[in-house]
Amino acid sequence: MYKIDKLNELAKIVAEKREANAALEPRRMTAEEKDTLLATFHPDYKQDEFTVLSAGVNKGDKVPTQLAELLQGKSRITAADVDLSAPDYDTDVLIIGGGGAGASAAIEADEAGVKAMIVTKLRIGDANTMMAEGGIQAADKPNDSPAIHYIDAFGGGHFAAKPELVRKLVTKAPEAIQWLNKLGVEFDKEPDGTMVTTHGGGTSRKRMHAAKDYSGAEIMRTLRDEVINRGIPVIDFTAAIEIILDENGKAAGAVLMNMETKELLVARAKTVIIATGGAGRLHYQGFPTSNHYGATADGLILGYRVGARLLYADTLQYHPTGTGYPEQIFGALVTEKVRSLGAKLVNIDGEVFMHPLETRDVTAASIIRECTERNKGVETSLGKAVWLDTPMIEYKHGEGTIEKRIPAMMRMFGKYGIDIRKEPILVYPTLHYQNGGLNISEDCSTDVENLYAAGEVAGGIHGRNRLMGNSLLDVIVFGRNAGINAAAKAKDTAVPEKLTLDHIERFNKELEESGAASGTASPMLLPHYARRSK
Amino acid sequence: MENMVNVYLFGKKYQVPAGLTIMTAMEYAGYELVRGCGCRNGFCGACATIYRIKGESALHGCLACQTEVQEGMYVATLPFFPLEKKVYDIEKIKPTEQIMMQLYPEIYSCIGCNACTKACTQELNVMQYIAYAQRGEYEKCAEESFDCVMCGVCSSRCPAGISHPQVAMLARRLNGKYIAPECGHLADRVKEIDEGAFNELIESLMQKPIEEMKELYNNRDIEQ
Repeated sequence: MYKIDKLNELAKIVAEKREANAALEPRRMTAEEKDTLLATFHPDYKQDEFTVLSAGVNKGDKVPTQLAELLQGKSRITAADVDLSAPDYDTDVLIIGGGGAGASAAIEADEAGVKAMIVTKLRIGDANTMMAEGGIQAADKPNDSPAIHYIDAFGGGHFAAKPELVRKLVTKAPEAIQWLNKLGVEFDKEPDGTMVTTHGGGTSRKRMHAAKDYSGAEIMRTLRDEVINRGIPVIDFTAAIEIILDENGKAAGAVLMNMETKELLVARAKTVIIATGGAGRLHYQGFPTSNHYGATADGLILGYRVGARLLYADTLQYHPTGTGYPEQIFGALVTEKVRSLGAKLVNIDGEVFMHPLETRDVTAASIIRECTERNKGVETSLGKAVWLDTPMIEYKHGEGTIEKRIPAMMRMFGKYGIDIRKEPILVYPTLHYQNGGLNISEDCSTDVENLYAAGEVAGGIHGRNRLMGNSLLDVIVFGRNAGINAAAKAKDTAVPEKLTLDHIERFNKELEESGAASGTASPMLLPHYARRSK
Repeated sequence: MENMVNVYLFGKKYQVPAGLTIMTAMEYAGYELVRGCGCRNGFCGACATIYRIKGESALHGCLACQTEVQEGMYVATLPFFPLEKKVYDIEKIKPTEQIMMQLYPEIYSCIGCNACTKACTQELNVMQYIAYAQRGEYEKCAEESFDCVMCGVCSSRCPAGISHPQVAMLARRLNGKYIAPECGHLADRVKEIDEGAFNELIESLMQKPIEEMKELYNNRDIEQ
C-alpha cells in the first residue's frame, strides 16, 4: 500500500486495465519518430545545460556544465607538495579504481606475471558494477551471433561508436561469460545448462544473461574474492589525484591521497590504467542518480589534465526507470529487467503509451514527454512519474516469478510498504551512465603513452547511447583487455627514471590564459551532501 | 514545520525530518561520509548499521541507506567489521565437504543461537545457509545466501566467530564453477569465435557506410 491514498486510487486504474494492457503488443517507433522525440525531450539536447571547453585537448567541445567546472578546475596540489624522488609504492601496472573493470584488469595483469596494484578511494567493489541489476549481454545462443549483437549495439548507439571497439565488445562477449563462469559466477541457467536469457531495450535477440537481479553484485563480489585470493595489493580509501608523467610525457604513476588522513603518497608504475567509472554524482541537470557514491568523474579529470582526449563527453544516459517514489529511494535504479519480464509503462489514465523495450534514450525521452507535454504523469511530492506495471509480470508468468527473478526490486520497495507483486510502481528517468569518456584505441590505450582506460570512464564503445547489459559486458571485456595490454607494455618498459608533475603548472597557465578557470578543486572525489548549518 | 524525529547518532541527539534514511539523516546532521557509505542503493554492504529504539531491548541490524529513521533510534554504524577471508585457488579446490572443514572449521562450532539470522540486513536465513555449508550442500547454501551484500552484521553477532559472508562466498563460487550444469551453447560459441567463424561478416559490417547500417538496423528482425 502507498502511504498516500490518492496513489492507491490511481493504482486501481492500472489494475483495472491490466488484463487488456497485458494483451497489447505496442507498436515500436519509426526511426523518424525516435529522432524527433529525442531532439525534443532528451536532456542531451538541452543546449543551455552544456559548456564549451576553453582549455585542454578538447578545447571547443561541449560537455555538461558541471563537468566543465571540474575539467577546468584546480588541481588539489602543486608539484612542490610531493617528493617524487622517493615513491611510496613501486609497481608494474597501477590500476586506479576498484570496480569491475579495475578488478578484471588486475586479475589479467597478475595472470600475465607482472606486479599489479589497485588503488581505490573507497573499498574494492564500491562501484557501479556492484549495482548493475539486469544482466550482461553475449550472443551465445544458436539463433544469435556476434554480428547481430554488433548491429544492435552500433545502431542503438546511433551509429557513432568506434567500429573496432564494438567488434571487440561483441566478439569477446561469450568468452567473458565463460571466464566469469569459470571463476564461479552463478548465472541463471536451465537444468540442462542452457542460459536463461531475456531481451533488453533495443536487443533483437534474447541475449541478456543474469544472476537474478543481482547480476553486477554477483560478478563484482566474485572478482573481488579472486583479487584477494591472488594477493594483489588493494590500497583502499586512497584516491588518485594526479597522474604522474616521466620526462618524455609518458604516464609513470600517480599522486595518491589517503581519504581519511589526507596524507599524500606517490605511486610509481610502468603503466597506468584509469578505471574510475562514471559521473552520476555530478547530478547533471539536477537529475537524481542511480550511481554509486563515488561516481564523480575523477578519471576524466585525471586523464584530461595530462592530455588524454575525451570522446562523446556530451552524451549521458538517463535510465528511463529510476524510482519516482518514495523519497527514500528516489532515483534508485529499477532494473530494465522488470520490463524484459513483461511489465509495461502506463500513464495516469492506465494507458500503455509506448513499447516498453525501446532503447534507453528513447524510453527516457518518451516518459519525460508523457510527464510534460502530454501531462499524463502521476503527481507526487517529488514531481511527476509514470507507472511501471510490475504485477503484470506475475499476471503473465505466474505467481512467484517476481521473488525468483527480481528479488532485489521486491525488497527495495517492500521496505516502504509497497508490494511490487500486487501494486505498480512509479518511475521517472534517473542519471545512470556516461556514454562517452576517455578516448581509447582497441588496446585500451589513451592518447597519452602508457596510460590506459577501461570501463565506464572510457568512451567510444557505445557511441551516443548504451544498451542494457553492454556495460557489465564492457567492464569485463575491456577491463581484461586493459590488464593484458598494460601488462605487456609494462614488460617492455623500464622503471621510469624521472617523474614529473610539470603538467599541473602547464595546465594552470593555459586555464588562466583562457579565462575559464573555475577555481573548483578537482577531481571531486566525493559529492557534497552534508547539510551545512546557516 | 516539517515532521521531525529525534535520533541519536553515536549517542548524540539530532532532530531530523521524518522520512529520511539513516544515511541521509547523518548528512542532514552535517556528516561528510567517507566510510560507511557506498552504493546508497542496498547492494554493496558498506553502510552496515546497528540500532536500538530507546526503551526497547531488541537490537537491529540494517543498511543505513535502506532504513527510514524512527523516533528514539540509537544508531551506531559499522563501517568495517573484521571478517576472516581464507585464501584459496579456485582452480585447485573441489566442492567436497572437506574444503569447508579445511578453510572455515569454525562453522562447526555454531551453537544454533540464530543471532546471525535475526541480525541479517537482507532478512536471509543465515543460520540455515551455514547449516547447508556444514553438510557440504553448496548448491543450497548458494541459493539461500544469494542476496547477501556481505555487510558483516551477522558475524558481529556470532558467538562462534563465524565469518558467514565469506563462507557463503566460497559456497557460491564452488556452485557456480563446479556444481551448476555446464553451458553447451556457450562453449560452442566461444569455439566458433576462436576459429574465426564471424570475422568476415563483422569485418564487412565495419566497412559498410552508415546509411547501409541504418537500413540493416531499422529493418532487423526482432525475436518475440
